[in-house]
Amino acid sequence: MLVDLVQLTIFGLVVGGIFALGAVGVSLLFGILRFANFAHGDMMTLGAYLALVFVGPLALPMWVAFPAALAGTALAAVAIDRALFKRLRRASPVILLISSFGLALILRSLIQIIWGPENIVYWTDIVLPWRLGEIRIRPPHVVMLAVTVALVVALHLFLTRTRIGKAMRAMADDPDLARITGIPTERVILWTWALGGALAAAAGIFLAVDTRLNPLLGWNVLLPVFAAALLGGIGKPYGAIAGGFLLGVAGEVSTLVLDPVYKPAVAFAVIVLVLVYRPTGLFGGR
Amino acid sequence: MTALLEMRAVRGGYGGVDILNGIDLAVREREIVVVIGPNGAGKSTAMKAIFGLVAVREGEIRFKGQDITNMAPERLVPLGLSYVPQERNVFPSLTVQENLELGAYVRRDDAAAELAEVLALFPVLEERRQQAVGTMSGGERQMVAIGRALMTRPELLLLDEPTAGLSPRATELIFERIRAINQKGVAILMVEQNAKQALAFADRAYVLVGGANRYEDSGPAVLAHPEIAEMFLGG
Amino acid sequence: MELVGLLSFLVFFLTLSGIYAVMALGLNVQWGFSGQFNIGIAGFWAVGSYTAAILTTPESPFHLGGFGWPFLPSALVAALLAAVIALLIGLICVNLRTDYLAIATIGIGEIIRLVLKNEEWLTNGVRGIPAIPRPFSGLGRELEALLFLGLVVATILVVYALVERARRSPWGRVQRAIRENEPAALAAGKNVLRFRLEAFVLGAAIMGFGGALYAHFAGFISPEAFDPLFATFLVWVMLIAGGSGNNIGAVLGAFAIWALWSGTQFMTAFLPIEWAARAGAVRVLLVGLLLQVILITRPEGLLPERPPRPAVRD
Ligand SMILES: Nc1ncnc2c1ncn2[C@@H]1O[C@H](COP(=O)(O)OP(=O)(O)O)[C@@H](O)[C@H]1O
Ligand SMILES: [Mg+2]
Repeated sequence: MLVDLVQLTIFGLVVGGIFALGAVGVSLLFGILRFANFAHGDMMTLGAYLALVFVGPLALPMWVAFPAALAGTALAAVAIDRALFKRLRRASPVILLISSFGLALILRSLIQIIWGPENIVYWTDIVLPWRLGEIRIRPPHVVMLAVTVALVVALHLFLTRTRIGKAMRAMADDPDLARITGIPTERVILWTWALGGALAAAAGIFLAVDTRLNPLLGWNVLLPVFAAALLGGIGKPYGAIAGGFLLGVAGEVSTLVLDPVYKPAVAFAVIVLVLVYRPTGLFGGR
Repeated sequence: MTALLEMRAVRGGYGGVDILNGIDLAVREREIVVVIGPNGAGKSTAMKAIFGLVAVREGEIRFKGQDITNMAPERLVPLGLSYVPQERNVFPSLTVQENLELGAYVRRDDAAAELAEVLALFPVLEERRQQAVGTMSGGERQMVAIGRALMTRPELLLLDEPTAGLSPRATELIFERIRAINQKGVAILMVEQNAKQALAFADRAYVLVGGANRYEDSGPAVLAHPEIAEMFLGG
Repeated sequence: MELVGLLSFLVFFLTLSGIYAVMALGLNVQWGFSGQFNIGIAGFWAVGSYTAAILTTPESPFHLGGFGWPFLPSALVAALLAAVIALLIGLICVNLRTDYLAIATIGIGEIIRLVLKNEEWLTNGVRGIPAIPRPFSGLGRELEALLFLGLVVATILVVYALVERARRSPWGRVQRAIRENEPAALAAGKNVLRFRLEAFVLGAAIMGFGGALYAHFAGFISPEAFDPLFATFLVWVMLIAGGSGNNIGAVLGAFAIWALWSGTQFMTAFLPIEWAARAGAVRVLLVGLLLQVILITRPEGLLPERPPRPAVRD
């Protein structure tokens, strides 16, 4: 029982890291543009497939493919904002919401058109897990967790040490006051898309390493990613990270008592409980 | 002498409904100008119109002779104009220091001198530099808000009810600091509900009713005006 | 022969668009009237379809069934069950901000899908429920299809009359007031929560009824059929394109978008053969782009909402 718990917690941390990386973008975009980006899951998928281009046809090692895919997805996110959301800046948040829902399907169908609907893996060689007593640890999980922690640290430095990072937090706090202060809001928005896109790509790649690539990869985790963002409080990147890890562990540990097929229901239950009892998130956001 | 800020026959409002029905108002260099009026008179709306946050449909607004009608806030700040809104005027999840630094965002250079000046003006903020503003008292928040607006070294500071909801002690302190800021050469345009106290040190004052200014005089004269005294100053 | 083929295609087309029109009317009550964002349409649709299927199919060892009910009672129970689920969800979620409700409704859709997929005793899991009887069976294929179309049209008319009346009634005016200015409606002493809940439940009931129609039309349902994409996304595009808040717009949007959607099928027929597996994705892409164009250029839709003014009421 205790072994199971430890094992599941390890899995939960890995999955939670994925949720956290996705949720940061959702939370910042929600805080700054005031809408829930329903295309965020599909941005994760896009990042995962971009990495496939680098490791597959171009035969580059993953440590090259990973940053390249992050950069590519960040660029794609910026391009999407220019082409689509910039034209809807003055529209009501719900129009943006519908638009992002449509965008999710556009991205997904593009991915399906380019790469097909099948399941794909980055590589086929099987890595044996390490054993620590009865606990098994998969080497890719260790790498993923380490990279997640590195990304979170980098994010923290970006948000607290750079001008644009501070402006981003300010704008997520209060977009109107940011304008009044003279912060160039359009620039901050671009940076937010780039950051959200890059982190989404990282999450997507990890998810694909952990499971398999397919066009629904990101959409399938959109619910827990949103749940993590809500749990952490909208516009609070640190809250989103904590929310992601919490949700990841809760989801895995829940399989001790719940049929694993209903794991997504845990995310949903968390969403409902948070929304009803603490609508500003556990850490007090908007 | 031309005025620093001038509003001429300004009309405008929210989504096609005019709230401002012809506002004429001027602020000269180094002046303290106070705007009073009943609730809903359009005082805040007038401030927002100056700052490009409410669409001006007719009339014009000039700052240092330049037409700034409907100019976006991010372009006004570099010109030497700062604005402290009535509500939501700090970034609550950011620290005092970060709030102040962001005030200087439009400046490319290091704003260390301004930061030191603001901290000298509000010494309580010095020891709380790393505290999140959301956890601070109303008076302290107001100091942060005003400090943030000062970081660009504005020539004109717009203050919308800077003492609303503050204790008498905090109110007095804020008023005293506003005069200190003015003494350094910053002109002030201020909406106030604590009219008696504000008018006492105002160079000039306007009375706004129904989206138009109805009366204008020196601060003490407005204070002495029997009708106005009865209407807004509680007899 | 050609003509018969064309006619039967037309009947098929009209029937399916008609079912979508019912869904769009249901969504219009939730979104157009009341401003509640539901992305769980697929869930309510599925509840309606499965309820109807279980109540009308013969005994089967693979799923719950054997009740052998006729169409109308089972469709009404389908609507009722969708309404009850909406009520339970609504009691918790309906006072949430629009965007939060949207997130909650994907969760609802997802959970309903999981239940349908995994509770085999109830639904036969991923293998689905076959042999759902058609209401006019035994009259020959053509006549049967035609009568079923009549049933769908009748449903649209009844639902339209109902919701249009609701829209013009004081109830509809309160809905609009709440949507446009909730604080003012609250201040006017309206029970905002209750009004929103009523709209959410009414919309869901309509979707449940539409789901029942769909089950009988398709004859076979499985969780696959309730892909959030198909059900939810298309209905949204229909309502936005037609004009949210406008009931005629909702119906018109359903027919127009379904025509377009069917049209894209002809277009993708010209794709090279190796693209056949991707034709569906190409179609979704086209409709997705269309939605963006509408949102950017004409967000009010083909027929914008026209608030009824009491002064000109006849
Ligand atoms: N964002 C807004 N949208 C529409 N009307 C507004 C808005 N803000 C204020 N108003 C209206 O404008 C009028 C003037 O408000 P305001 O300028 O805030 O008054 P004051 O600051 O003098 O109390 C009021 O009738 C108010 O209801
Ligand atoms: Mg005011």
